[in-house]
Amino acid sequence: MSEPVLSVRDLRVWYGTARGSVRAVDEVSFDLSAGETLGLVGESGCGKSTLGRGIVGLLPEGAAADGTVSFDGRNLVGLPTAELRDLRGPELGMIFQEPMTRLDPLMRIEDHFLEMLETHEPGLSRDEMKRRSMETLGGMGIPPTRFRHYPHEFSGGMRQRIMIALALVLRPKVVVCDEPTTALDVIVEAQILGILQDLKRNFDTALLLITHNLGIVAEACDRVAVMYAGQIVEEGPARRVFDTPAHPYTRELLRSIISLGTEGLQYIPGAPPDLIDPPAGCHFHPRCPDAMRVCASNDPVAVTKAIDHRVRCWLSGPHNLVPAGEDEPLATREFAKADEA
Amino acid sequence: MAMPSVEEPTANTRPAGPAPVRARRFRTLHRMFAPFAEARGMPRFVVWAGVAITTFFIVLALFSPAIAPYDFDQYRTADGVRFAKQEAPSSAHPFGTNVMSTDVLSRVIFGARTAIEVVVLSIFVSMAIGLPLGLMSGYFGGKLDRILLVFMDALIAFPSLLFAIVIAFLLSDTFGRGVTTAALAISVVYIPQYFRVVRNHVISIREEAYVEAARAIGARPRTVIRRYVFQNVVQNVPVIATLNAADAILTLAALGFLGYGIQPTEAAEWGYDIQRAISDAGAGIWWTGLFPGCAIVLLVTGLTLLGEGLNDVINPVLRRRRIIPVRFPPLRRNGNADE
Amino acid sequence: MTQPPAAEPLLEVRDLRTHFSLRGSFGQRLVGRESGSVKAVDGVSFELRRGEVLGLVGESGSGKTTLGRTVLGLAEPTSGSIRFEGQELVGRRERELRPLRKRMQMVFQDPHASLNPAMDLLTAVGHPLIVHGVVKRVRDTVPMVTNALETVGLSPVEQFLPKYPGDLSGGQKQRAMLARAIIMNPDLLVADEPVSMLDMSVRAKILELMLELKSEFELTYLYITHDLATAKFFCDTIAIMYLGRIVEYGPTETIFRDPKHPYTVALLGAVPDPDSSEGLPTDPPRGEVPDAAEPPLGCSFHPRCPRAFERCGWDSRDLKDRLEARWAGMPESQFERERAVIGDIEALESPSQAAIIPAGKGHSGSEVSALLDEMRKADPAEPTWSGIESTSVEPGGLRVRFRPPVEPRLGSRDGVDVACLLYGESEPPGQDRLDSDRSV
Repeated sequence: MSEPVLSVRDLRVWYGTARGSVRAVDEVSFDLSAGETLGLVGESGCGKSTLGRGIVGLLPEGAAADGTVSFDGRNLVGLPTAELRDLRGPELGMIFQEPMTRLDPLMRIEDHFLEMLETHEPGLSRDEMKRRSMETLGGMGIPPTRFRHYPHEFSGGMRQRIMIALALVLRPKVVVCDEPTTALDVIVEAQILGILQDLKRNFDTALLLITHNLGIVAEACDRVAVMYAGQIVEEGPARRVFDTPAHPYTRELLRSIISLGTEGLQYIPGAPPDLIDPPAGCHFHPRCPDAMRVCASNDPVAVTKAIDHRVRCWLSGPHNLVPAGEDEPLATREFAKADEA
Repeated sequence: MAMPSVEEPTANTRPAGPAPVRARRFRTLHRMFAPFAEARGMPRFVVWAGVAITTFFIVLALFSPAIAPYDFDQYRTADGVRFAKQEAPSSAHPFGTNVMSTDVLSRVIFGARTAIEVVVLSIFVSMAIGLPLGLMSGYFGGKLDRILLVFMDALIAFPSLLFAIVIAFLLSDTFGRGVTTAALAISVVYIPQYFRVVRNHVISIREEAYVEAARAIGARPRTVIRRYVFQNVVQNVPVIATLNAADAILTLAALGFLGYGIQPTEAAEWGYDIQRAISDAGAGIWWTGLFPGCAIVLLVTGLTLLGEGLNDVINPVLRRRRIIPVRFPPLRRNGNADE
Repeated sequence: MTQPPAAEPLLEVRDLRTHFSLRGSFGQRLVGRESGSVKAVDGVSFELRRGEVLGLVGESGSGKTTLGRTVLGLAEPTSGSIRFEGQELVGRRERELRPLRKRMQMVFQDPHASLNPAMDLLTAVGHPLIVHGVVKRVRDTVPMVTNALETVGLSPVEQFLPKYPGDLSGGQKQRAMLARAIIMNPDLLVADEPVSMLDMSVRAKILELMLELKSEFELTYLYITHDLATAKFFCDTIAIMYLGRIVEYGPTETIFRDPKHPYTVALLGAVPDPDSSEGLPTDPPRGEVPDAAEPPLGCSFHPRCPRAFERCGWDSRDLKDRLEARWAGMPESQFERERAVIGDIEALESPSQAAIIPAGKGHSGSEVSALLDEMRKADPAEPTWSGIESTSVEPGGLRVRFRPPVEPRLGSRDGVDVACLLYGESEPPGQDRLDSDRSV
């Protein structure tokens, strides 16, 4: 493994509310290497989007971050806004779910690119800027004849291609993609994922792909990090995690997905916890079919199952930390039907 | 309200029912007032200042015969002793007397009654016409919408004061020149405003999935409008109503000032009093004009504060959540706390 | 369908068309002229037997949602027939349809938007009872609402009755929508993407609930979705829609075992599958669903179809696409040179069988012809070229004439109906367009 370009350690992003702090991201650590795609999966409300925004420093008002996001020898957490802004674009790219909200409807596509380049690479000549933007757009399959069109003249898939091109024109080392294909049709989704794949191959870009779609992770990611209730519960090579999930949540989530091979419906009882006051111990223990008594009281410890495959679950150990008798199965509680949905 | 009556009972007319039904009513109230309790900082100050000032004037209006020392057109004591003309403030007449020998304080207090009466009546009338028209125009669209829109826009384009004067002039034959005429003249000016705001809001709500869902269960258009559209439009109405009320006070005073408003024999009216006080000002008689003027400024300010405050408090787009700082406890070190 | 119907179908749709007229420019609106129409649903036929689940599957713009709305009378059909238990619905007024609404209900895609935010659950779920005059007052709906909420799993019911939609999670809202849909004991439930806005792990719960309701209330479902995976699990029969038409229609099992239409094949290939170890689909079809206001000639899917051939209905817009695709990513100088040869490329935008590619200023039609030859040489396998019948150099440019378009019609093949020329089903050219024009 090469040296990671982005290294996150003990990152916490909490939102202050009148009822208490929402622990949207709670002590999360992971690494991202050049040319690698890391899929960050979880259900809505698990904190995956907040984590993505926390990394690039685009948090809403009322959110606070703590921990380290090492990038290029600097800690991005607590960096002054102006310095972060200069990094965003040339070093850290972002691609969002709804491209239309990021494109100025009154600006031609050309002007979006020129403005971007002028801000971050003021030394370039105008011709050079045009050449660079047209080359990037062309790589995304946008013909130069449409270079002077307005955003609304493009289809959803085209807009997302433009957003990707806009994120790439400065050749960032790390690109955070937050649900980049969720609003698109499946065939266009496949096209966009193909483009992202080419991108990391051609430019050695590190991609953090945030998605709720396990299928996308399985097909497009090298590694996967599974998030539950603000924490990464399992992380490892995508194929390995999907074939032999070590965390019961990963396993149950995979079983509950309706895919083309689904024969019967399975689901995880209960609902994700309130992140203001998550359950003690492992946050998943109230819903976990394999929960032991230790799970309800002690925070699980990250255990390395195999090279690059880590899991936070008492089932995987470390067994010496489990007090005697605490590995008895936990008395399961019945869920009210209403908690289900 | 000029809404078509429907066979279904509304929440307020329903007799006390089983527990869940009763509980609902409290929840509805709670939902209505929760934003006030949650408001903090500037919006909270603004809304409560508005409430205080407006309440003060409403109390004056409701109890003016009890509060005011004299009647609004009283120019002599009960014993028949005529008050001095343009007398400076004294213990008998705290705000002095004016050129007609009437007590300024009493006229200011009764003026509040007139103002509130006119404003309440005019808002009621303009809402009763503007809301249903706006609802129908927005919901059904098409030709009806286009015709109403052109008509209302023409009304808006007309200078409002001039318009009110014309209406007051036309109505004075039928209703005399009292509170009713003034209120109707003012309400005509505000109908287009309610119409426009409601119509535009309805047009956005009409596209909501829940409106289509209501059609899918087989609800008639009037049920859809009443239970699905109106309920969601009505939240904005208090804001417009209070802001319009502030404006209506000024229009009423302007009508009175120009001599097209309420006859001095019908009721006390601040605008008329100020007009009568103009010549006093040159002679150093400040109290006849100052106090009615202050009353106008204060009530308009109060209503504006209330309207703006309501807007901040009720409108979720403008409402800013209070930022609560986060304090991070020490790390649990990836859960390795017990090592 | 190939097998004879066992009984009279609950719902029978024949050649249904729902066209929306487009509002034109300001000037056109001023004189009250319409500028064209979107054929959201364009000649769709299917039938649905009692207790069956039919899936309408398609991407955005396929017309599947409009079709569902038309069946329920929420959108006005332009022509065709919808029979519910033998009763014709098309041409009836909304007032006459209202009693039938008791028996047909709908669940919407976005649970967060389909409940009135100003109505508590008791009123919202019980509202159909009041609307249809079953009871008069909200308090009288309590027993039935309680029952319905219990059925959909929103218990303890007393806790849920006074709640407002804002207090509920997405899954709970969708349960409430289902409770409202079943409270009148309907026969047909149109479910428009009922789980697509929900979390992966919640989808299974809602689908299971829908299956339970189906057996408990003997429901018949029209399940509208873009998600092939849930459709495969949930539906007995599937109709794949593309740009307002059904392109493949048959038993779910047969379609998934042996998809016929190239579009179905492409859709299946594009579904991201957590079980797959193959990685990304190597070659998804190019382009996107075209604008329904100006559909391609011939088969609507031909511009994207990997198996298209000369008769699929190639048109002028395909030429424009080829030119633009060639220019995308070309070195700037070469692009400038080639761009200058062609005049206003937008002249090709509206699909037509014969068109003139305008030559640029100072260039001639023969130069355009040379460019086309070069493109053909660069990619001889491209089927667009096979669709060109003749070209002739004209003063202003190059006249290109394509082969007459052939409209594929649904035809039976190995137990499914498929509308694709690969399977030999054809009809006299232009016939279908004429039909549709007449019915507008």
